[in-house]
Amino acid sequence: MHVNDADVLKAAKREMRVSDPTLVHIVIVGAGHAGGAVAAFLRQYGFAGPITLIGEEPIPPYQRPPLSKAWLKGEADAESLMLRPDSFYAENAIALRLDTRVERLDRGAKTVVLHGGEAISYDILILATGRRARRIPLPGIDLNGVLELRTAADADRLKAALSRPQSGPGKRLAVIGGGYIGLEAAASARALGAEAVVIEKEPRVLARVACEALSTFFQDYHRQHGVIFELGAGVEAIEGENGQAVGVRLTGGRLIEADAVLVGVGAVANDELAKDAGLECDNGILVDLAAQTADPAIYAIGDCSRRPLPHYERIGHLESVPNALEQAKQAAAHITGRAPPPHEVPWFWSDQYDLKLQIAGLPHDATQILIRGEPTAVQGAARFAVFHLTADNRVQAVEAINAAPEFMAGRQLITSRKPVAPDKLRDMSVSMKEVAA
Amino acid sequence: MAKIIYIDHAGTERPIEVKTGLTVMEGAIKHNVPGIDADCGGACACATCHVYVDPDWMDKVGSASAMEESMLDFAEGVQPNSRLSCQIKVTDALDGLKVTTPESQH
Repeated sequence: MHVNDADVLKAAKREMRVSDPTLVHIVIVGAGHAGGAVAAFLRQYGFAGPITLIGEEPIPPYQRPPLSKAWLKGEADAESLMLRPDSFYAENAIALRLDTRVERLDRGAKTVVLHGGEAISYDILILATGRRARRIPLPGIDLNGVLELRTAADADRLKAALSRPQSGPGKRLAVIGGGYIGLEAAASARALGAEAVVIEKEPRVLARVACEALSTFFQDYHRQHGVIFELGAGVEAIEGENGQAVGVRLTGGRLIEADAVLVGVGAVANDELAKDAGLECDNGILVDLAAQTADPAIYAIGDCSRRPLPHYERIGHLESVPNALEQAKQAAAHITGRAPPPHEVPWFWSDQYDLKLQIAGLPHDATQILIRGEPTAVQGAARFAVFHLTADNRVQAVEAINAAPEFMAGRQLITSRKPVAPDKLRDMSVSMKEVAA
Repeated sequence: MAKIIYIDHAGTERPIEVKTGLTVMEGAIKHNVPGIDADCGGACACATCHVYVDPDWMDKVGSASAMEESMLDFAEGVQPNSRLSCQIKVTDALDGLKVTTPESQH
């Protein structure tokens, strides 16, 4: 039989699968949604060996999406934010090491080295280190009141900065970056009675991620709720007095006054551990569809990974809870020898005011945009969906505003690759059931 | 607290004491009950917390909102007693509720 490198690699990977699971120590670095989920799935799938879950933050795994939404507005309490009760980890023999930073990965010795020097041995390592907010080298970036929003601690700082004093005027938030985080924070700030100014260097918000019609819709809707936009605006500096931020200086000299400045200009992968240990990274740790890196003992899941996108025949990174859960399942299934989970269409959601935005798919290779319904920003009546189609009328992505059937049917159509009839899709009187049939 | 009995596709029952005020979905996630994914964390945005409510409990559980209905319309294996468990709040009246999880949430 001819044996090539790929076969040797496959055999090595099979070897790594657990023969006597009680002898295998799984170390998970990163106690976010992905890290917490993979520990839980490993137990669900019957893995009986020791699991150590190491997290840099002081609290067990929690949900990040509400941080810019319900949590910021004060509609969710700390307990509802937690993914699982504290007792869960002890009950499931998951050793939780919080407030603990991993400094180094030694693949030769199969250890991770903690800040302080302690080395922890692993048989299987799962990196779930997430992303961090992108820092921009602006004068004044280190002033008090310049905030980012990734963690519960960040959200608490933002909430404190926005809370209205007993007397006196409400606070004013300047947001640098008109992405989803920035828009969600602006909406929450308005709900808290604060003013909000969104500063975006592109001529429209969501420029990187949404089509023009959707950008215009969101701008109009936010304006109706009192949000001010500075579009096509460069930022020169954050101005401060006595170490406290007081505003954002735009290119050209105008000052946007603010009590707090939220910087939301994207995120970068926490892939340094892997990169320094010689694993291939490109703003994300490269993995296959089992979430495994080129080192068969090391997996990477969630925001920190860069992964195949089977529906789109390319690789990329996905920053979403569904992706964290999908890759957690892929890794847990591979480690325990279960059948791999089905490929999922990437999807995302956002809540702003009474708007529920659901996005399925990615607009790769789409050549046409088709809008079902009217994208007019009428309070209480907004309901439409933007479909991204290939030249041969296959759905690649859908962005649905208060339009669950369009989202759900769109997700099915992305999987089935079945061409749609554009006239029917455009016609709101034809149900999505019929369009997808 | 109310006892919620989660039954998996194979028929295994898992009785769990769930705090009132939480949802049936949250009760499952917090206790690592298999079969409920809840990708969106309860925002009624994903239909990955689909359950079948025991027919005897349908009245007590109440009816689905329009939003939930339209999500369920496109979920796999939907039956008349299908609900999204993130939309069912646990109350004392639901003590003893039985829900069965489908074979797959996708």
